[in-house]
Amino acid sequence: MATTDVRPEPLEAREELEEIWEDDPGVPGFFSTVDHKRIGKRYIYTCFIFFFVGGLIALVMRAQLAGPENTVLSAQAYNSLFTVHGTTMIFLFNTPVLAGFANYLLPMMIGTRDMAFPRLNAFSYWIFLFAGVFFYSSFLIGSPPDGGWFAYTPLTTKPFSPGVNMEFWGLGVAFVGISTTVGAVNFIVTTFKLRAPGMSLNRLPIFVWSMLVFSFMVIFAVPAVTLAAGLLELDRLFGTAFFAPGAGGSTLLYQHLFWFWGHPEVYILFVPATGMISAIIPVFARRPLAGYLWVAASLVAIGFMSFGVWVHHMFATGMPALALSFFAAVSLLIAIPSGVQFFAWIATMWQGRVRFSTPMLFALGFLLVFLLGGITGVMVAVLPFDWQATDSYFIVAHLHYVLNGAVVFPIFAALYFWLPKITGRMLGERLGRASFWTMFIGFNLAFFPMHILGFLGMPRRVYTYSSGLGWDSLNLLVSVGAFAFAFGVLLTLINFAVSMRRGALAPDNPWGADTLEWATSSPPPDFNFEAVPVVASRHPLWDQQPLPVAVSGDDDATRALGVPGAREHTTPVTGGLRAAPEATMHIPEPTVLPCILAAGLAVFVTGLLVQAVVVGVAGLVLGGLGLVWWAWRTGEQ
Amino acid sequence: MSRMRHAAAFAWVLAAVLALTACSDNTSALDAHGSEARHIAGLWWLMFGLAAGVYVVVAGFILVAAFRGRRREPSGSRLRPNTFIAVGGVVVPTLILLVLAVVTVTTTGALRKAGSDPLRIEVTGERWWWSVRYTGRAIVTANELHVPVGQQVQIGLDSDNVVHSFWVPELAGKVDTIPGQHNVLRFTAEKAGTYLGVCAEFCGIQHTHMGFRVIAESPGTFERWATAHASPPRQPASELAAQGQVRFQALPCAGCHTVRGTEARGTVGPDLTDFGSRATIGAGAVENTPENLGRWMQHAQSVKPGALMPNLTLSDNDVRAVVAYLESLR
Repeated sequence: MATTDVRPEPLEAREELEEIWEDDPGVPGFFSTVDHKRIGKRYIYTCFIFFFVGGLIALVMRAQLAGPENTVLSAQAYNSLFTVHGTTMIFLFNTPVLAGFANYLLPMMIGTRDMAFPRLNAFSYWIFLFAGVFFYSSFLIGSPPDGGWFAYTPLTTKPFSPGVNMEFWGLGVAFVGISTTVGAVNFIVTTFKLRAPGMSLNRLPIFVWSMLVFSFMVIFAVPAVTLAAGLLELDRLFGTAFFAPGAGGSTLLYQHLFWFWGHPEVYILFVPATGMISAIIPVFARRPLAGYLWVAASLVAIGFMSFGVWVHHMFATGMPALALSFFAAVSLLIAIPSGVQFFAWIATMWQGRVRFSTPMLFALGFLLVFLLGGITGVMVAVLPFDWQATDSYFIVAHLHYVLNGAVVFPIFAALYFWLPKITGRMLGERLGRASFWTMFIGFNLAFFPMHILGFLGMPRRVYTYSSGLGWDSLNLLVSVGAFAFAFGVLLTLINFAVSMRRGALAPDNPWGADTLEWATSSPPPDFNFEAVPVVASRHPLWDQQPLPVAVSGDDDATRALGVPGAREHTTPVTGGLRAAPEATMHIPEPTVLPCILAAGLAVFVTGLLVQAVVVGVAGLVLGGLGLVWWAWRTGEQ
Repeated sequence: MSRMRHAAAFAWVLAAVLALTACSDNTSALDAHGSEARHIAGLWWLMFGLAAGVYVVVAGFILVAAFRGRRREPSGSRLRPNTFIAVGGVVVPTLILLVLAVVTVTTTGALRKAGSDPLRIEVTGERWWWSVRYTGRAIVTANELHVPVGQQVQIGLDSDNVVHSFWVPELAGKVDTIPGQHNVLRFTAEKAGTYLGVCAEFCGIQHTHMGFRVIAESPGTFERWATAHASPPRQPASELAAQGQVRFQALPCAGCHTVRGTEARGTVGPDLTDFGSRATIGAGAVENTPENLGRWMQHAQSVKPGALMPNLTLSDNDVRAVVAYLESLR
């Protein structure tokens, strides 16, 4: 394969290419884009809207719990809000925002021009958006879900939750699962088939490794929760008895199905978050990640082990000790791959000279809070201790140290790190630092005292408590911390608004990073790369200066490599260990079909909700039309 | 920047101090008064010691690694990353986890062991209160368990509605009540006293007010209590209370509640045979006083919104009489 280290004449080529790759202008373009960057950006922004809503809900709950016997919220309202808070943060923020970052970054990190299935990618976003809107529309009719984000049966079955509230949860969760699963398939194929020539698996950026593990976990775990929610809805809407103990159904079956997804899910969130950290720390330590193979192997190990720990959510269900001990053992063992990553990050910093820019501050904050969340995670794996800790505020503390500390801190690190690439403007350092410190202090004020509240016997999911139990001052502290944390988040929001108006223009590679997404302009052109880079190192931008790019050949294998490939709206398909060019993939034109299919499914789900056959059939017809037309049009191309 | 490390260390110390001072309080899992809770508290202090050590060492490494670059020239590191990762990330954690695995298995075995002659109590999780029956004794009550100090108690846990979880932090860990499954919790109270319990599994609108208490007393006192409660209550002494008994049976009350030895045989709500001796109304919703009881009968939905007890429209006379009757039941 011929390569050259001289970039093609940029300006001329760019203008021509931009015309070829441009979306339609205006509203049609909005609904028809299949550009992974626009979709990724949408994911991130939509997710952050859900994050702010979920966070505001948390603040209302903390106002209610700030003092004993408060009357800010009724019992019913509190139960709805904690249900919506948990569901939002897991299903509508944490999971999709990581997918959103990957959507934006992964194709550029591996040096290709789009995802393997760009239309499927658009479809997955629309499903996510419609599922979120569907879920929140429950507020419009005053019936938000109130059975807990985990929706345990029989509480959530018709006899005990007769209202329509839990339909929004059950149908919404089953619906959004489509989006996550479809996205995972897309990431896997993209990573295996679209890497830039020379990017062998042992040169993959760790973040890409983490998305690979994320995707495989999603494919095996998400069907379980879709099944749980689906069977629940069958019980509720059609009178089956999967979870009705009186009619031969099983209570624990639901819990097994839910947690068979639910615990891998924690790692589904955590693995890409650590992948972000593994991308950020080396850049600011100005050293390659120490123990690359250790870290990649740890991610894969976590992926496997995460399927052997789910029963530790069910230690108090009275199962036999022998069975429980197995899950306790795996829950202890899974600490090792996380420990390996910790020491790899420490070694990286140790060997380098750390610059303390905002992304690095968030990464350091992550290390300190995740260390604590990881340690308490080991504690709750210890079976007898969990019998005291489970369903107490100790768990609320632990889970927020993990899901808020070890996932949201990396997401903020990622925002400060990658947003300049995405928007083309730098975020302010001073506001960034202020935001970090406020969030870090607020976070620990809010969540550390919860450990103690757990020991003091405060159970989860209570809407109030009486004074005289020693819980008052700690709860006030927690509420103050929560508001401080929220203020820190607000500072980042302000930072973003200011940066969009008058932030400094971002150069191609503002942090001096090593991976390929920094080889394009900020923001990147629609086609990412005029000519695909040729990779000969794990750190192409550090080791290969200037970065060599490929030249198109005449055959199908190499035609898409160079500028002519971009001109033909194609990207190269590669394969084998060394990612050798194999074929040319045509990148589909923009289309509204994915949006139509997703809308059809949304109408169908709404039909189930309102139990109107006409609406359901209309949805299926619309979706079916979208699907058939989609398949037909794809064949034509 | 060692401030951050200090802050972390301080936080742990704070935790320890608070946990210790909490011993004056009466729902602390670390202020153990049952053999099971004591085992677990011991386990906790072992883990706390290990955890504090791990936290300080690893956080120390993180901060030193992050800040040492400020003081030196680059490439001054002799660290061998593979050895460092292998020792810090694999060898040391494995040793610590082995210790934890061993104590997990031994403690689990100890806690699950059945005693030779336990006191058996059947507890059923209701919405949102606890029904309590003593096996082999004609005692049925609600939201309060009397147990003797020093004898193992074996609690059978059931539910015919939703999942609840039975938790008395000072005595033992929690066990769920699961529809369609019979669970067992064992503990031995080691000191006389009143221990507060809660429902720990979210079970619907009034999950919050599903409290109960365990009253551990000397074997003699317990036997006296048990004997007294095995027989139906005496006829009301005062005229008002006697009138209240008649009204209680005439009003909707008797449709849902039982008072043993009387016509009231409802099984929807708690058995009220010893109502006057209970500390709270509505499973911990309010203190058991005549005023609160009157309010509860007429406005249960504002005292405990969503409870299955309806608001009753009663005359002032009825309220006074029924309150006098119920408070006389001991």
